[in-house]
Amino acid sequence: MLTRFSDYLVPLLLAGAALYALYRRVDVFSALTTGAGEGLSVIVRILPPLVALLTAVYMLRASGALELLTHALTPVLTILGIPPETVGLLLIRPVSGSGALAVGSEIMQTYGPDSTVGRTAAVMLGSTETTFYTIAVYYGAAGIRRTRHTIPAALAADITGFLAAAWTVRWMF
Amino acid sequence: MAMAVVWVIMVTASVACGAAGGRMAEVSAAALDGARSAVELCVSLAGVLCLWSGFMELLKQCGLEKKLAAMFRPLLGRLLPHASRDAETMAAVSGNLSANLLGLGNAATPLGIRAARRMALGAEGTASDELCRLVVLNTASVQLLPTTVAAVRSGCGAAAPFDILPAVWVSSLLSVTVGLLAARLLERAVR
Repeated sequence: MLTRFSDYLVPLLLAGAALYALYRRVDVFSALTTGAGEGLSVIVRILPPLVALLTAVYMLRASGALELLTHALTPVLTILGIPPETVGLLLIRPVSGSGALAVGSEIMQTYGPDSTVGRTAAVMLGSTETTFYTIAVYYGAAGIRRTRHTIPAALAADITGFLAAAWTVRWMF
Repeated sequence: MAMAVVWVIMVTASVACGAAGGRMAEVSAAALDGARSAVELCVSLAGVLCLWSGFMELLKQCGLEKKLAAMFRPLLGRLLPHASRDAETMAAVSGNLSANLLGLGNAATPLGIRAARRMALGAEGTASDELCRLVVLNTASVQLLPTTVAAVRSGCGAAAPFDILPAVWVSSLLSVTVGLLAARLLERAVR
């Protein structure tokens, strides 16, 4: 049912808005192209912060630093009730969306999507975002240099999301 | 500045670990690879981002954007009291939130950026309390339908790909709440 719903979502939104605009006598095509042109300038603004961020993320992944952190974090996670198998996901989640999806998929494949570990990984992916990517893109485009308390507050949200994911899966399944 | 600290830590940690593990060749290649993949990501994002920007312009011209903003006013008036006085910011944030709720991350980004740019006007590069709140809201996921994750689960052969929904909702709600509370507590401490 829900998978069906998500198939319909985008086409229906587009068609619905177009029909309503036609009814309100708006030039649908020129509105779309005007907006799309603005989208292009957004892309130009988010490119520089992304180049900086992804360079660092790729270097970190290649250096083996994540494996070291994984070893260091495993005992801590066990105490907190988070399955240690998900540690790689926790580390990559805030910095790379596609990386997190890849790591998460691998966890689900290895342990099974309906296992506790697989479910925890899925809930973690569904209830957190790519924090540093979001911060870099939003502030980069808005020309903000002093981010003040954004990063600590956002990381507090991420950590809560990870803990809550592990705990709700244990509680509900 | 904080992003600078994060960046320096990531790069120096990469060099230190790479040197210690004899992986400098990989790290060196990865640096160039990362820069290239940023451009590839932007190009692959460009079409979708332009499409959703066009869609929002359409909503704006036919007045649906105002209706959307009116729907979110009770919530946003509390969360962003200052920014919600500006109709255009309000409309952009409302669109950003709706797209996030529907799980359309690529549609949420251009709208969030539009709101952030308006909220940053005259701030001389310093994030205001409300802008921090908006960004924290976007770094914590608020989606009702995590369609991507469900697709991966179904690809792995899950019996019911969407059975994680209640757990996702509880976790998202908790993480957003803690994020916004932390922002509230910290905003006086960090000027």
